[in-house]
Amino acid sequence: MSTQEFDADPDAPVIELSGVSFGYAATPVVKDVSLAVDPGEYVAVVGPNGSGKSTLLQLTLGLLEPDAGTVRLFGSHADRFDNGERVGYVAQQASAAREMPITVREVVKMGRFPHVGFGRLSSEDWAIVDDALSTVGMSAFADRRITRLSGGQRQRAFIARALAGEADLLVLDEPTVGVDAESVDAFYTLLGALNAERITVLLIEHDIAAVAEHADRVVCLNREVYFDGSSGEFVESDALARAFGTASIGGEDG
Amino acid sequence: MSLAAVPGVVAVTTVAGGLPPTPLFPIQGALGDLLFGVLLWFLEQWYWLMDWIYYFTGLEVINPRYRFMHRALLVGLCVGVMAPLIGTFLVHRQLALIGDALAHTGFAGVAVGLFLNAVIDLGVSPYLTAVVVAMIAALFIELISEVTDAYNDVSMAIVLSTGFALGTTLISLNAGGLAVGVNQFLFGNLSTVSPQSAAILLALFVVIVGTVAVTRNQLLYITFDETAAAVSGISVNWYNRVMVMLTAMVVVGAMQIMGVILVAAMLVVPVAGATQVSRSFSESLVVSVVLAELAVLLGIGIAYYGGVTAGGIIVLVAVAIYVCAVALGKIQSARGDRAPPETGSINADGADVGSGAGGD
Repeated sequence: MSTQEFDADPDAPVIELSGVSFGYAATPVVKDVSLAVDPGEYVAVVGPNGSGKSTLLQLTLGLLEPDAGTVRLFGSHADRFDNGERVGYVAQQASAAREMPITVREVVKMGRFPHVGFGRLSSEDWAIVDDALSTVGMSAFADRRITRLSGGQRQRAFIARALAGEADLLVLDEPTVGVDAESVDAFYTLLGALNAERITVLLIEHDIAAVAEHADRVVCLNREVYFDGSSGEFVESDALARAFGTASIGGEDG
Repeated sequence: MSLAAVPGVVAVTTVAGGLPPTPLFPIQGALGDLLFGVLLWFLEQWYWLMDWIYYFTGLEVINPRYRFMHRALLVGLCVGVMAPLIGTFLVHRQLALIGDALAHTGFAGVAVGLFLNAVIDLGVSPYLTAVVVAMIAALFIELISEVTDAYNDVSMAIVLSTGFALGTTLISLNAGGLAVGVNQFLFGNLSTVSPQSAAILLALFVVIVGTVAVTRNQLLYITFDETAAAVSGISVNWYNRVMVMLTAMVVVGAMQIMGVILVAAMLVVPVAGATQVSRSFSESLVVSVVLAELAVLLGIGIAYYGGVTAGGIIVLVAVAIYVCAVALGKIQSARGDRAPPETGSINADGADVGSGAGGD
């Protein structure tokens, strides 16, 4: 539909935050963050607990409105952004319903909903769903009830859902929490392969070693941006120590 | 007014309390008449079908002399579809109690209707005022939850008790004539389902099933994962509002035979049973409707032959079915604990890269 107008400039930033601040009452959770992510980038956001990573993500996705500054997603205001099919989102484990009877395939199917709207899934849509399932190695579990699976298996299903959406931008909020070590490696390989196909990846991750190894660019956050550059420079810089250092002091006052 | 066009709606409003014949159907104008006419025509076809079934089976419960039983069965069957349909989306969001809260505000709506009829001779069906009041309350609950960012027990409990308190107060204000009619709203009554209230229920049924059929994708996404649904561009707040309004409609529709106190059970119990035995979401929808219909039909049958209140016995049957479903679910999962399939490896771009991921 209106995707054409966004595609007019293929090199325009996918995500553009300028001077974004957000706070619950007086204490800012995110303070004056400016950040632009270009198409095809692989960006990881790291920072200590409570550093505003998840808040920044919610601001980026338009789930929260900034108190100051602007957030643009594919060139339009994030909170008015309605091209859901361009964004694939993998959340932390807890967000989905826990005891609902629903199969893995039905979950992955939801990735197609932004494309079909009120309609039914066509056979092509189902083919994409099944491809996504086999990409994450979950074909054998397609008809299993998702609540009866292990954390790692469930997370794979959610990744498959994001893949089924055929999004241009993948946003992942600590996707590997609770996933077994071997699957984590395979998962990062998959992300790398998707990124090689010019899918933009924005990743929030607590595992700094993984980030340094896989992402191209690292943003180190603790309320403010402490570092923004290539992962190689990040490893050599003292940004992490500074960010985590202030976190432990800042942690005292809440 | 065009009210004279509706057959059988002479001024009977002095019989407040919705005893048959119920007060007139207040949708005005040609469109209202047409709609009402269509619904009554459908009701005629239903009588005809029931007569045929009676002719072949000889079941005393659908003897053509008891038209009210035909209407009660129709209402029961509709409730058996729409209650679990809506209930499925509520239960899996931990909103099982919202039905209870809305039923009690529906009761307040009934009281408002009875009160207006008695005081100013308004002459509307109390079920219609109940729908309106319950829908306003539903929106109110939803707006509270949007402002406070959570559905919480406290706001639900406040709305529930406010509704019931308002209802009882209005009724006691007006004691004399009204108390007679109140029991049927509290506990439901098969024999008081008038053609008018059956028609109201059919209209609600069409709206509810139609809305769910159109928005099933969005409702499913929001029910399962509200955040991801919001990211994918679904307006979560709007669909939540639609959902609570539909719930209000179901509750008031089912109130006729279930009564205020038990109506929420139909939203929850069949769904809970279906959750035990189903694997997929679509399966659970179908199973919950089947279980609800079973409970309704058995319940109405027992109520008729045993001379007991339908609402209570329907819920008891539903709970019995639920217990069976739990047992069946346990047996299923015990037998289903065979070796799980092996996790495949994650394939980046078709190439087999994560060979270590299998076999845990």
